[in-house]
Amino acid sequence: MAELQFREAIRDAIDEEMALDDGVFVMGEEVAEYNGAYKATEGLLDKYGFRRMIDTPISELGFAGIGVGAAMNGLRPVIEFMTFNFAVLAADQIINHASKVRYMLGGQVQVPIVFRGPNGSAGQLGATHSVAYDSMYAHFPGLKVIQPSEPDDAKGLLKSAIRDNNPVIFMESEQMYGLKGEVSEEEDYLIPIGKAKIKREGSDVTVVTHGKMYHVSKQAAAQLEKEGVEVELIDLRTIKPLDIGTVIESVKKTNRCVVVDEAHPFGGVAAEVGYLIHRDAFDYLDAPVARVTLPDVNAPFAKNLFDIWLPDAKNVIDAVNTVTYRK
Amino acid sequence: MGNYRMGTPKKTASKKTTEKKAVSAKPGKSEKIHLLTQMIRIRQMEEKTYEMYTKEKIRGFLHLYDGEEAVAVGIIENLDKEDGIVSTYREHGHALIAGMSMNSIMAELYGKAEGCSGGRGGSMHLYDKKTNFFGGSAIVANGLPMAVGLAMAYKMQNRNSISCCFFGDGAVDEGEFHESMNLASLWNLPVLFVCENNFYSMGMPFELAQAETDLVKKANAYKIEGAAVDGMDVMAVYDASVKAINYIREQKKPWFLECQTYRFRAHSMFDPERYREKDEVKEWKKRDPITTFTSRLQEEGLLDEDELNEIKKRVAEEVEESVEFSEKGTDEPIENLTRFVYSDEPKTLNKSK
Repeated sequence: MAELQFREAIRDAIDEEMALDDGVFVMGEEVAEYNGAYKATEGLLDKYGFRRMIDTPISELGFAGIGVGAAMNGLRPVIEFMTFNFAVLAADQIINHASKVRYMLGGQVQVPIVFRGPNGSAGQLGATHSVAYDSMYAHFPGLKVIQPSEPDDAKGLLKSAIRDNNPVIFMESEQMYGLKGEVSEEEDYLIPIGKAKIKREGSDVTVVTHGKMYHVSKQAAAQLEKEGVEVELIDLRTIKPLDIGTVIESVKKTNRCVVVDEAHPFGGVAAEVGYLIHRDAFDYLDAPVARVTLPDVNAPFAKNLFDIWLPDAKNVIDAVNTVTYRK
Repeated sequence: MGNYRMGTPKKTASKKTTEKKAVSAKPGKSEKIHLLTQMIRIRQMEEKTYEMYTKEKIRGFLHLYDGEEAVAVGIIENLDKEDGIVSTYREHGHALIAGMSMNSIMAELYGKAEGCSGGRGGSMHLYDKKTNFFGGSAIVANGLPMAVGLAMAYKMQNRNSISCCFFGDGAVDEGEFHESMNLASLWNLPVLFVCENNFYSMGMPFELAQAETDLVKKANAYKIEGAAVDGMDVMAVYDASVKAINYIREQKKPWFLECQTYRFRAHSMFDPERYREKDEVKEWKKRDPITTFTSRLQEEGLLDEDELNEIKKRVAEEVEESVEFSEKGTDEPIENLTRFVYSDEPKTLNKSK
């Protein structure tokens, strides 16, 4: 194992796949000479040159679509969005085109493309820079959606994403690029897409989460342990395809579940997971599934408002207390 | 800092490059008759799809190409079969001239398993991998970035093919047009941008949609060379595309071609056409690309009545056969509903280092 920052794990994954396959290239704003707005592509220009590290103007719609065309014609683009908030400008190409084209054309094409970049909030950035889009993309057939929480997951899953023959939305977090963690040094380290991971075993309550909220939930679990509550913490890692089997198995053991999701409540991952638990494990539940999400409110700028807006460990603990009837 | 970058292909890969021959601007008798035949094939196919739509054999949206045939024929006939073609939701004609069989097109319009996309695409999403026809696209301007992406792949892989992108005047209204033009020019990508300007984006007159109606000026603003041509005249389009294609292959840069044309039929099957005068349609019909070119060939002594009737007869047979083929077509089994949402195929390496 080697200790790497999240951004280094991202870079290593891209680097390894570029070394392996001449068709893999990176395109986006500031990816080459600037080494990535968050330095997630640092050093790759020096190694691969301008042919495969392509700086773009601020044309999200244009370069996303160019990536889709290149993917349909034999290449494997890795498209970086400086944030998924900007990818909204490219939504026509991702949603109307990349997700549908294989199906519409009767399976005659594959679209092996990765759209990656930070998702969700990152402090006081205001409403247009703080949205978690994972459930929105997961809504669309044809897309896969990944949001890892730790460097090891990031590396193994990004390598798998680049090798996948489908459009993959790969989501990171501005606030996690500096996060350090142990990363496997196994050669050609791949984590299969669509597999959740139990990151803490426990028997009292299942907490299902992903992305940045994993760390919030982990804090809550540590606090709850002191209070004698053993949390089983599941990191979904992939949103689509969703590994509901791992969740159901855990809920059958703990009989209680809290879903922690950094998104608005309507139609989010938490809503979907909650429904699936009720569908598949209703008889095992000792309490209704609870969810911790953002309120149905756009991100505020002011610190006091922001702090109350974003879910924190206390919100998770409160929800656990609710489903365990401790309060 | 220099902006262009992707400009230097790796020398090691150059052995894979196959030089494309320059296309000829001097078609002889047989080529000219071929152009006419191709236009007649489109017209007769479209007329038949109209008929079958009224008989409810074809459903969904249906956008017909009548009147615009000279554009698809004049350009696609000059493309190499390795070149990629991207079109719009009015793409039956492009698909046919690209080399797709009328059977596979008609069966797709019928929604049959024998259709080019197995009945999953329908009229607006024809596609054929074998002929490098990269599809109709039902979102206005959505094909432009894809065409630029195809060209990027040709360039990065030293394939020396070009991509040819058809779009309407309505696409010029979209941001995708402008981003695509800029990036294709900035990165010197081999794209032939073909604006089929039929002067209406659905019911919106062109001059009410664009502040600058000289489209070549827009191309020039992105440092793309281009020309406007009479899109009702197949030879004018043919000559303009020879020039354009040779330029793109030699200069390794995009080219913009505006073909001024007219759609004889309504926008779709649900369009009462209140936005244009009947006299205007009548005037344009005098410039019908098929009748005018037929007359010209007859005046030049290249075509007699018997030959013309023979062409029409052969095409009518092809059209009838496509209808029979589609009528006999099978429905995709319902258990296949979920096929092709995702690809399960394992990755194959492009080129291992």
